[in-house]
Amino acid sequence: MRITVTVNGQPYERDVEPRLLLTHFLRDELDLTGTHWGCDTSNCGVCTVQLDGVPVKSCTVLAVMADGHEVTTVEGLEKDGELDAVQKGFVECHGLQCGFCTPGMLLTARWLLDNKPDPDEGEIREAISGQLCRCTGYENIVRSIRWAAEAEAKS
Amino acid sequence: MSFGRMHRKEDARFIRGRGTYVDDVKLPGMLHGAILRSPYAHARIVSIDTSAAEAHPKVKAVVTGATLAGLNLAWMPTLSNDVQAVLATDKVRFQGQEVAFVVAEDRYAARDALELIEVEYEPLDAVIDARTALDAGAPVIRDDLEGKADNHIFDWQAGDRARTDELFERAEVTVAQDMLYPRVHPAPLETCGALADFDKVTGKLTVWCPTQAPHAHRTLYAMVAGLPEHKIRVISPDIGGGFGNKVGIYPGYVCAIVGSIVTGRPVKWMEDRSENLMSTSFARDYHMHGEIAADRDGRIKAIRVKVLADHGAFNGTAQPTKFPAGFFHVFTGSYDLEAAHCEVTGVYTNKAPGGVAYACSFRITEAVYLVERLMDVLAAELGVDPAELRMRNLLKPDQFPYTSPTGWEYDSGDYPKTLRLALDMAGYDELRAEQAAKRARGELMGIGISFFTEAVGAGPRKHMDILGLGMADGAELRVHPTGKAVLRVSCQSQGQGHETTFAQIVGNELGIPADDVEVVHGDTDQTPFGLGTYGSRSTPVSGAATAVVARKVRDRAKLVAAAMLEASPDDLEWQDGKWSVVGDPSTAKSLAEIALAAHSNLELPEGVEGHLDAVTVYNPPNLTYPFGAYICVVDVDPGTGQVKVRRFVAVDDCGVRINPMIVEGQVHGGLADGVGMALMQVMAFDEDGNHLGASFMDYLLPTSMECPSWELGETVSPSPFHPIGAKGVGESATVGSPAAVVNAVVDALAPYGIRHADMPLTPANVWRTIDGRPFRTDLAIS
Amino acid sequence: MQVPATFAYERAGSVPHALELLDRYGPDARVVAGGHSLIPMMKLRLAQPEALIDINGLSELAQLSVEDGELVIGSMVRHAELLAGAVATGPYPIFEDAERVIADPIVRNRGTVGGSLCQGDPSEDLAAVFAALRATAVIQGPAGVRKVPVREFHEGPYETAVGDGELLLALRVPILDGAGSAYEKVERRVGDWPVAAAGAVLQLDGGVIARAGIGLTAVGAEHFCAPEAEAHLIGKPPGAEVFAEAGRIAAEHCEPHSDQRGPADYKRHLAAELTRRALARAVERI
Repeated sequence: MRITVTVNGQPYERDVEPRLLLTHFLRDELDLTGTHWGCDTSNCGVCTVQLDGVPVKSCTVLAVMADGHEVTTVEGLEKDGELDAVQKGFVECHGLQCGFCTPGMLLTARWLLDNKPDPDEGEIREAISGQLCRCTGYENIVRSIRWAAEAEAKS
Repeated sequence: MSFGRMHRKEDARFIRGRGTYVDDVKLPGMLHGAILRSPYAHARIVSIDTSAAEAHPKVKAVVTGATLAGLNLAWMPTLSNDVQAVLATDKVRFQGQEVAFVVAEDRYAARDALELIEVEYEPLDAVIDARTALDAGAPVIRDDLEGKADNHIFDWQAGDRARTDELFERAEVTVAQDMLYPRVHPAPLETCGALADFDKVTGKLTVWCPTQAPHAHRTLYAMVAGLPEHKIRVISPDIGGGFGNKVGIYPGYVCAIVGSIVTGRPVKWMEDRSENLMSTSFARDYHMHGEIAADRDGRIKAIRVKVLADHGAFNGTAQPTKFPAGFFHVFTGSYDLEAAHCEVTGVYTNKAPGGVAYACSFRITEAVYLVERLMDVLAAELGVDPAELRMRNLLKPDQFPYTSPTGWEYDSGDYPKTLRLALDMAGYDELRAEQAAKRARGELMGIGISFFTEAVGAGPRKHMDILGLGMADGAELRVHPTGKAVLRVSCQSQGQGHETTFAQIVGNELGIPADDVEVVHGDTDQTPFGLGTYGSRSTPVSGAATAVVARKVRDRAKLVAAAMLEASPDDLEWQDGKWSVVGDPSTAKSLAEIALAAHSNLELPEGVEGHLDAVTVYNPPNLTYPFGAYICVVDVDPGTGQVKVRRFVAVDDCGVRINPMIVEGQVHGGLADGVGMALMQVMAFDEDGNHLGASFMDYLLPTSMECPSWELGETVSPSPFHPIGAKGVGESATVGSPAAVVNAVVDALAPYGIRHADMPLTPANVWRTIDGRPFRTDLAIS
Repeated sequence: MQVPATFAYERAGSVPHALELLDRYGPDARVVAGGHSLIPMMKLRLAQPEALIDINGLSELAQLSVEDGELVIGSMVRHAELLAGAVATGPYPIFEDAERVIADPIVRNRGTVGGSLCQGDPSEDLAAVFAALRATAVIQGPAGVRKVPVREFHEGPYETAVGDGELLLALRVPILDGAGSAYEKVERRVGDWPVAAAGAVLQLDGGVIARAGIGLTAVGAEHFCAPEAEAHLIGKPPGAEVFAEAGRIAAEHCEPHSDQRGPADYKRHLAAELTRRALARAVERI
C-alpha cells in the first residue's frame, strides 16, 4: 500500500505492507533508529513518538494509519542546530543512563510542556507514567523536565 | 582535579536518538532470524517437520537441533560448567526453550515461517516447585547427563557449623523465619539479540551483541564453535540496560552465528519481550530458612541458614567457579557476631536457566534480604526498636579491616555514623511518633530499615575465575603528541557512564580535562582483555586499572620531564597536574608539553622508548565493600492491602565518588528496583510450568507513580584496597532496598502480629497476609 | 518485536462506507480504532483478522456533546478526550476517576471509548462505568440503527451485542440532576488492569436514595452491574451502614476467578469494599 507520512517535517512516500508497524516504518524504512521498541504490548513506551503532536506508542500503530499524518521523532527535536529545552534538561539533570527510554521520554516531555508549561512534580510523574525506565528511578527524569519548564519560562 | 559533577559525554548522542544499539546496526544483505520455542515445560520431542517453513519463498534456512548436532553445536557450556541445549534435540526442559531457528529475508517473514514448523511433542510431568524437586519419584529433568537419576545439582556450605550450632544451643533467644526471594527478571528495556557476520573469505566472524562481557564472549565462542579466537571480533554497541541480563551467551546468539555461516550472509536475531522474560537469565529463586541466636539484650551471636536454590533446567549461573552459591555467604551482613553457617542445595526444575543476574552482586541481594529480615524478626521477638537493635550490633569503625565469620575481609567503614545520618534525615523519632498516633486510629503505617554491606569488584585471581578465566582487567592508555589521550578498557557500560567517569579518572591522574580523554570500550579488536561489567566491578577493577595505567603514564612523563628540565627525576614533584622541579613552579611541564617532547627529537632518558603510552592488567588485591543505611516509609490500606511508598531515605557509602551525579543516578535506579521487587515483580509458574509473567502486562515493573522522590545522603569511607579509594556502587541500591520496603510493610502490619510476608507484596498478598492466609507468590494463585 | 500476520486494510470514509466494507469482508474482518486492544492481540497472533476496517477518519463518531438531556459519547472519542472534556466529567466525575486509571496517558491518547467497550474484556473499566450510569449503546448495522441498554451489551467474555457487519456509534448517558458519582479501583500498579473496581452513581430525593447505579468489573458481575445491591439502596437514607450492606450484597452476586492479580476471595472482598467506598464518595459529591 502506498502511503505518505510526514516525519519531522519531511514527507516520505513508501510502499508498505498494511501490517508494518509504525516503529518499523521509522526504523527500517526511514533509518530513524532513535525510536526504539521494548515490548509487544504497549506497556514500556520506549517506542513513543508524536503523531500529529500527540504522543503515541508507535509499536501499536500501523504505518498505514499514519498515512497523511505528521510524525515527530526524537531526531526532529533539535531545530537548526539548537537542542530543545527538554534535551538540554536531560543532560543538565542526568535524566538518562542507558538512553533507551530517552527518546520516548523526551517526546512526552515536549508534549507535556506544550500543553502545561509549568507542571508540578505530580503532573510530570503522571505524564510519564506509561513509559518505563529501568535506570533512573525516574527522579532525574522528573527534575530534567522541571529544568526544561523553568528554562523555557525564563526565555 | 577532575573528580566531581560533570555532564556525561555520552548524552550528546542519546538525546538526539543517535545511540547505536544492536538492532540499529544494519549490514548489506542482512537476513533476520526467529526462534521457535517450546510451549511445554517438559516434553520429549517426537518429530520436527520444517519442510513447509523451508518452502516459504522468503526463508533462507531452517536450523534445528539435528542440524546443530551435525556440527557438534547442539549443546554449549554454561558459565557454571554445566551444558545447555542451543536447540533442543531430545527433550524440551522449560517453556520457551529454543527448538528451531528460521532465517528469512525480513523479520516479518521469519516470524511467519515459525507458524509453518510442525513439532510433535510427548508431554512429560514437570518439576515446577523446587521444594519437591528432590522428592523420590520426581521426574528427572537432566537425563542427558550420564547416570543422572535425580534433580540435585550441588550441596555447598560455608562457615563453622560446630561453633554455630553450639552458640544456638546455649543462646538466650533464637528466632527462625522461612522466606522466599522469588524468581525475578532484570528486564532491561532493550531485549537481547545478536547480529552475526561470518566472512567466508577471511574466516573472520564479527558479532554485534549487547554483551556486558565482550571479551568473555569472544573466548567462549572460540571454545564453543572451535573458531580461532583471533578471527572472532565481538562488538558490544550501546546497550539499552543490562543489569546482569546480558552477561551470558544465549542460544539465539549461537543460532545467529550458525545462520550466518550457513547462509553466508549477516544474520540478525532480536528476541521479543516474551522471549526475554521466558528464556534469558532470571535472578534469585532462593527458598531460605534463617535463624538468629542472640542474648536478651539483643546482642546477636550466630546466624544459621539453609537454602534451596532453584537453578532451572540447566545450571547456567554466572559466578566465580569456587562459589556455586555466589557470594551468598556474606550473609552475616553488617554485624559483629561470633559464628555463622550456611548450607545451600541447588536443584534443577523445569524453568529457564540463570539465577545470578539483576544487579545482585553474585547473590548478595539474597544474603542482605535474609539478614535484614531476620534482624526485624528478632527485634519483634525482643520488643526492641529495629534501629536500636542494629545500632547495638553494627561493626565498629575500629574493627576494620574486619574478617567475617565466613571469611570475607571487609575493607572500611563507619557503620554507626551512616545509620545515624539516615535516621536523622528520615526524622526517625518523629516517624515513630506519627506511627503510634496512626495506629491508635487504626491506620497502618510502616517504617523499614535495611543496613547492607556489599562485596564488589570480583575479583582477586587467586580466588575468582569464571570458567577458568581470571577476573583481572586490562587497560591501555595512549597519549597523543598534543596531550590528548585515548583509554581502552575491557568493561562495557550499559548506562553507567564509563566514557565520562573513566575519563575523569585519567584526567585526575594526569592533570588534563576529562574532555581530552576518549574512552574506547565494547570492541574486542580494540580493547585489552578483561571480564566485563557486572557485579559492580567496573570501578573497582577496570577503574583501578585505569588509575594504575594513568600512573604509569605519569611516571614515564616524569622521566621525560626530567630530561626536558635537565634535572634528576628525583628532584621533580607532581603539583597541580604538572611535573616541576621541587620548589620551582615556574619549571612546571604539562602533560601536553611532555607528550610532545616524548614524540620529538629530545634525547630520551633510559626506560622511555619514545612515547608515554602504557598498558596494565589490574588484579584486585581484595573486593571493595560499599555499604549503606536505607529507611523506607509506607502506608498500607487495610481495606484493600494496597501499599504506598511514601518516603525513601538512602545513605550510601561507596568510598570516593568520582562523579557524584552518576553515583546518585545509580542509586536512584536501584531503589526503584527495590520497590519493584518488593511490591510487584515476580515470575510465577502454574503446575504445568506455564510462565505467568511472560509479558509486561503480567511482569510488572515500577513506574514513576510507585516511586517516591528519593532522599539521598552520603558518607565516605575510602577503600584501602583501591588506588583512588573508590568502591563499586552500581548494585548497592538494588541489593539493599528490597529489605527496607518489606520491613516497612511488615512493620505496618505489626498490629496483626505479623512478622513476615514474602515478596512481592501485592495488594492481594498483603490482604491475605493480614487475614492470616498468605499464598505462595511463586506459584499460580488459586 | 512481535509482528502481526498479514491482513487486508481498508480505511472507512464514512459510517455507510464502513458498513459496506464490513459487509464485503464478512465475519473475519475487524474494525480498528485506537488499536490498543486489537493490535497487541494481533502481534501475539491471538487474533488474526483477514481484514481491518480503520474508522479513525470518522470524525462523526468522535463527538462528545449533550443532546436532549443525554450525554453523547461517540465511539471514536479517545480516552484522553473523555478525561479532558468537562462535558462528561462535569456531570459525572466518575469519568474522571475511571479515565485517570485506565492504562496510561500515552495509551489514552490513542485508545477509544468504543474500542474498549467492543473488546469486551471482563476487566474493562468503562464497562463498569457505563453500567453504573445505565448508558445506552447506539449500534448501526445493515438494517439501521438500534439501541441496546449497556447492561445488555456484554454477552460474555469478549462477546458483545455488536454483531457481524455492525458498528458501535456512540454511548448515550442520561444526565441525572444532582447526581453524585465515583469510581474506585485497586490495581497492582498504575496502568494495570483492575484487580477489581466499582463505580457508583447516586441521586437523592427528599433525603433518601432515589436512584442508584453500581458497576463492577473484573469480579465476574453479570453485565458489570449489581442490581440486587442497587435495589437495597432505593428508598434508604445514605449512610455507612447501608453502603456497607450494599457492598456485601454486590459481592455476594459476583463470581470472581483467581488469577495472578489475586485469589477469588480477595476479589470478592474488594467488590464489597470498593462498592462501599464508591458509594460513599459518590454521595459526598452530590
